[in-house]
Amino acid sequence: MKFAFYPGCSLESSAKEYRASTERVARTLGLQLEEIPGWVCCGSTPAHMSDRILSIALPSHTLLLAERMKTEGVLVSCASCYSRLKAANDAVKRDASVREQVAQAIGATYEGNVPVYHMLEMVAKCMDRPGFEEKVKRKLKGLKVASYYGCLLVRPPSITGFDDREDPQLMDRMVAALGAEPVKWRYKVECCGAALAFTNADIALKLSGDILEDAKSSGADVVAVACPLCQSNLDLRQRNIEKYAGIDLEVPVLYFTQILGLAFGYSAGALGLGKHMINPVPVLKKRGIHV
Amino acid sequence: MHETGPARQKAPFAEFLEEVERESGEKVRVCYQCGKCSAGCPVGYAMDLLPSQVLRLVQLGLKHEALSSSTIWLCASCEACAARCPREIEIVRVMDCLRHKARAAGYTHAPREVPIFLQSFLANLKRFGRMYEAMLVGSYNLASGHLTKDMDKAPAMILKRKIALMPPRAKGMERAREIIKNLEESKRR
Repeated sequence: MKFAFYPGCSLESSAKEYRASTERVARTLGLQLEEIPGWVCCGSTPAHMSDRILSIALPSHTLLLAERMKTEGVLVSCASCYSRLKAANDAVKRDASVREQVAQAIGATYEGNVPVYHMLEMVAKCMDRPGFEEKVKRKLKGLKVASYYGCLLVRPPSITGFDDREDPQLMDRMVAALGAEPVKWRYKVECCGAALAFTNADIALKLSGDILEDAKSSGADVVAVACPLCQSNLDLRQRNIEKYAGIDLEVPVLYFTQILGLAFGYSAGALGLGKHMINPVPVLKKRGIHV
Repeated sequence: MHETGPARQKAPFAEFLEEVERESGEKVRVCYQCGKCSAGCPVGYAMDLLPSQVLRLVQLGLKHEALSSSTIWLCASCEACAARCPREIEIVRVMDCLRHKARAAGYTHAPREVPIFLQSFLANLKRFGRMYEAMLVGSYNLASGHLTKDMDKAPAMILKRKIALMPPRAKGMERAREIIKNLEESKRR
């Protein structure tokens, strides 16, 4: 199956390991990813906070580029990109005036018909196909994983239509299929603070700290994420969180594609495990997973 | 003057409510103040008004109070409110609309950092077409005056090659600038 791949800005910089692990597991799963040539930033939250038409026009331009590629649809890694691409599809389909204004801005009419999938949805589909079990070379037995979905994969449900809005299961199912243990915890769809980490750091440190504390007290060895901004708030800022809240955390935060890649037998280097601030290798070793 | 009786006048507060409803596409008037949005708002503890209170201000046409609230800037757009609203109001769209209006009307109330961040982000997007993360941090720190913000993480990020030092480059990225310019022009007309 061929997809038009939309990596998004973070995967070219702060989330290179998300890209590396996504490309590797896609290959093993038989998903062919072809990057959309000339894609532009989705505008993320700052665009919709500033100008509605801009926030629809930017993703519409990229989706039009993807439409010409004749694939199954667009495959996205970042939860924020996913939400903005889907919001654009919804807006141009539903509102003729928006469609017209967007067409004027991008110089072509986009009708909103390119399907958009998050990588996690695709992994879940692949898991249900025969032959998946044979791909698992390394069982992750004993590893306790808190699956963190955050906000924009599941919300707003009218736009994303992704799993259950309050208690999603796709990542938990993946974790279980790899022999690891999905942890039951309360913060799987709570907000990490997102871009408030720039402007109101205390809020993001508190929200992210609450998430990590709950994961830890629920017995998780690692937190699994599906969004580069969540990863950066939980991992990159973890030392700041510890200082802010006066607690010890030391909770590694892995992309779900890295966990899947470990089970497929890829090395730590291939999956970019060394790029995290909190080193996941010791806890993996403790659980008998030698990478 | 009408001879048949007093003219049916629009309530004075209706104007602002109608404006917000038209621009956001959301029916704010159907909010019955159950407070579910406020109960689930992760940032509610830090806001001067709760999300449901801001909706009430809009219903009452209290424009100044709504636009000067810190709530509209602290809202993280996490969508927890929209996922749970029994009246199916997409509250983030209402917040977006209030943010646009506050900026257009020149409200500079705290927290000033959020509009500065928006500006840095959009300037970066216009210049490069894709986010140049190193530049985003740099330009935001300069504009906000928080010069050392996040600099503690820079050495490790550079060492781990987790931050691209050079700007993104790809054919076609300049289309973002054209799109932004087109929109700016159509607004001026």
